[in-house]
Amino acid sequence: MLELRNVTKTVGAAEHIRDVSLTLQHGSLNVLLGPTLSGKTSLMRLMAGLDVPASGSVWFDGKDVTGMPVQKRNVAMVYQQFINYPAMTVYENIASPLRVAGAEQAKIDREVRDTAALLKLTPYLDRTPLNLSGGQQQRTALARAIVKNAGLVLLDEPLANLDYKLREELRAELPRIFAAAGTIFVYATTEPHEALLLGGNTATLSEGRITQFGPTIDVFRKPNDLVTAKTFADPPLNTIVLKKSGSSFLLDGGVNLPVPADLAGIADTSYTIGFQPHHLSLARPSPSAVSVKAKVSVTEITGSESFVHLDFADVRWVMLEHGILVFEPDQVIEVFIDPRHIMVFDASGRSATPPQMLAA
Amino acid sequence: MEKTWNNKAWFLVLPVLVLVAFSAVIPLMTVVNYSVQDTFGNNVFFWAGTEWFEELLSSDRFWQAMVRNLVFSFIILAIEIPLGIFIALNMPKKGWGVPVCLVLMALPLLIPWNVVGTIWQVFGRGDIGLLGYSLRSLGFDYNYVNDPYDAWVTVILMDVWHWTSLVVLLCYAGLVSIPDAYYQAAKIDGASRWAIFRYIQLPKMNRVLLIAVLLRFMDSFMIYTEPFVVTGGGPGNSTTFLSIDLVKIAIGQFDLGPAAAMSIVYFLIVLLMSWVFYTVMTNYDSGQ
Amino acid sequence: MARIDCNHIRHAYGPHPKSDKDYALKEVHHAFEDGGAYALLGPSGCGKTTLLNIISGLLHPSHGELLFDGRDVTNLSTQERNIAQVFQFPVIYDTMTVYDNLAFPLRNRGVPETDVDRKVRETLEMTGLADMARRKARGLTADQKQKISLGRGLVRSDVNAILFDEPLTVIDPHMKWVLRSQLKQLHRRFGFTMVYVTHDQTEALTFAENVVVMYEGEIVQIGSPAELFERPKHTFVGYFIGSPGMNVMPVAVEGRNARLGSQTIELPGAPKAGTAGAIELGIRPEYVRLGRDGMAVKISKVEDVGRHKVVRASLEGREIAAVIGEDGTVPAEPKVRFDPARINIYADSWRVEMGA
Repeated sequence: MLELRNVTKTVGAAEHIRDVSLTLQHGSLNVLLGPTLSGKTSLMRLMAGLDVPASGSVWFDGKDVTGMPVQKRNVAMVYQQFINYPAMTVYENIASPLRVAGAEQAKIDREVRDTAALLKLTPYLDRTPLNLSGGQQQRTALARAIVKNAGLVLLDEPLANLDYKLREELRAELPRIFAAAGTIFVYATTEPHEALLLGGNTATLSEGRITQFGPTIDVFRKPNDLVTAKTFADPPLNTIVLKKSGSSFLLDGGVNLPVPADLAGIADTSYTIGFQPHHLSLARPSPSAVSVKAKVSVTEITGSESFVHLDFADVRWVMLEHGILVFEPDQVIEVFIDPRHIMVFDASGRSATPPQMLAA
Repeated sequence: MEKTWNNKAWFLVLPVLVLVAFSAVIPLMTVVNYSVQDTFGNNVFFWAGTEWFEELLSSDRFWQAMVRNLVFSFIILAIEIPLGIFIALNMPKKGWGVPVCLVLMALPLLIPWNVVGTIWQVFGRGDIGLLGYSLRSLGFDYNYVNDPYDAWVTVILMDVWHWTSLVVLLCYAGLVSIPDAYYQAAKIDGASRWAIFRYIQLPKMNRVLLIAVLLRFMDSFMIYTEPFVVTGGGPGNSTTFLSIDLVKIAIGQFDLGPAAAMSIVYFLIVLLMSWVFYTVMTNYDSGQ
Repeated sequence: MARIDCNHIRHAYGPHPKSDKDYALKEVHHAFEDGGAYALLGPSGCGKTTLLNIISGLLHPSHGELLFDGRDVTNLSTQERNIAQVFQFPVIYDTMTVYDNLAFPLRNRGVPETDVDRKVRETLEMTGLADMARRKARGLTADQKQKISLGRGLVRSDVNAILFDEPLTVIDPHMKWVLRSQLKQLHRRFGFTMVYVTHDQTEALTFAENVVVMYEGEIVQIGSPAELFERPKHTFVGYFIGSPGMNVMPVAVEGRNARLGSQTIELPGAPKAGTAGAIELGIRPEYVRLGRDGMAVKISKVEDVGRHKVVRASLEGREIAAVIGEDGTVPAEPKVRFDPARINIYADSWRVEMGA
């Protein structure tokens, strides 16, 4: 179990990590999700022991390891760049951590072959990394991290330098590989989509702070605050500020959105309403759905889906619809917001939904 | 860069501190000690206060040597920096020419100072030296032993030959770190050769040039071995630089006090000039 | 802006290409229409960047010729071709201000300073950089720097084409959405001929009206996003476009039916070509219906990706993927059915037409 207790990291006057507390269990996959410079790499360096926190402590299996250098900890790292020993074969690359640890030959051979099979590298064991594709090189780096049998494996955007399709393939395999290894995995990414595909737990980061930590799909569906919801949305989250009056959220332009039953008790004031692009639709999704007239700005078609960028009042929304939609620019169309799928945030950005509902 | 705070690190620095103390700080303090005392040998010292410093700063001999040093540093910087940049720009960036050029460039740097001096002393001789003999055959009255002008030319040529490579190698390192996309973009933008140099290559070489100028200035300001071997400071005092003068006073005349005072002044000047160069160039860099 | 013709262009990086496999670009014969937005899509090593560099003049093709509006430009230099290019990593002149960066291509061409000022101001407005015109370019964020690179192309009114080489690689996901829609708006308003190289299908499909899919040095299909999605010409296109890619399984065809193991699948028509060679059936995961009737499958995994779920299952011992809705559930005895109209049949990896 890896525990960060009120960890802070400052560099000069800049705070890179602000008061982070986090507990990661053995055998878990933990995604750090946030944009560039949100503190993902800084946090990983603290976890690895490459950096020492300015305040707070790091615990591993009940032992305070705060000042312990990385060499003495049992950690492995995989980077965005494909880092392997270029002069060694794939076999020797994977075997290297075991050789350093002084394992006996039979054990080395067995573990290298098992790990290679897990990562589908068996046919390439005799090649050197530079004769492999990017995907295979990164698989080799992953195999080396896994064979080390480290208590903590840190992956810093490991798929960022791969082609889209290779990324997709490796991403689909990773949960299986992680499950087989049974150690603590920490996986940094900028892409919400990647976090969802990996599953496990997700911690969303913004400006050096962890805004929420929990099972990935829960964080996605029930964010505690607006920052988390925005971090965890691709395409970007649609938002609009509405005033609550009795049983409705109102906007002067004519929006009248019924307040969901579980939020009936909240105060009459301004709220930020957020909803995912696929919850904005052309067809009425439910009897309670609210009709809104918005102006088309751009339509992007992916073949199976269309992203329609819409201007409404002073905000820009994206609607994700199945099929191919053709609209003239500046055309005004009727779209529907489903009140069953809205997220409501108060003026400070906190979710207005009571915490017990969020946990459910 | 992020830094890790760990007190144990100081123990690792300790051996270096001890070494530096023995090799630099303690000798320096000894020199300071000498500079304020007078001695007639036998380890008998008398307090002299600032006497040596006053004498030094009011002596023409010191200021003349100083001016010679400054002129020399200025000339070799004015030649070596542009020449180094020019050669680096024209070196091949890939292919078999790269290692060949790099080895050729590194050669002069591998030769010990006094050997460089000897090489040029022989090279420039009118009777047997290739340079001297050729020049004389062409009708030039070239004689670095008698003619101060020829002596200067020889010393400068020697320094340029010896040290331009360093500037070349530093600049080359800066140039090869520029991604291809920059040159491609410049082509597309229709940039001239000069514009590419001014807006892409020079900004990328900024830092290495700073290092090159600093190193070359300090080295040239402290030049000793080569002119000592070639001209011995002559003819007359025409190539007597501060360092040569210093050795004359200290070893030749055994005037430890004045020599010590001169060492300190000399040291402070080098320090001051380096600091000025550094500040000016880094400010220029960040103020862009 | 110009129409770009690639006439039988082949390119090899080595000096003496012998066989087809020595060519990075095997044969490209294609026209980019004036004012079109094109994407060159494919995995790394497919030759897309090679083709782009041939168009921009950074590479000279081994064979074939390149025409801009009918004029042969094969032997012209990059400057003479008058194109603009945005690179993967932002290229900016970091000692200059944003304004001077944009003015640079014009000043290099000796444009009078009053015209420079007018054009630069227009471009600053277009790219949304007006607020930072006087700032040094070096301190800006990656997306702002990419806008400067783009602006240096837009500022020249006579540009023949704007080329993009994976321009969003270093941009955060949120910013990608903003930049992409701005790019599309610029294209719509000003009608530039744009060629955009990427390995990212989302970027390619959302950017372009016509996507050119490349594979191993050849163009395998050119089409609108819808065509590529519905009727991939080659199984590679089916795999490469869509995520997850198309399910492809070997079948035996008898008239209007395809046999997959013990299952018979009804086709919309009888495949026209002979059924010789390796015959495969392709169906998009989006058109695999999961329910209580059809062919029995064994579910191996359900991935909840937020807006929908991807079900991984095995059908007759072969892995297939199906996409179900956000609130969709997997029945107790799951079975799948293929939407007949969406089935494609492939002979030796190439799509065959089906009769009535």
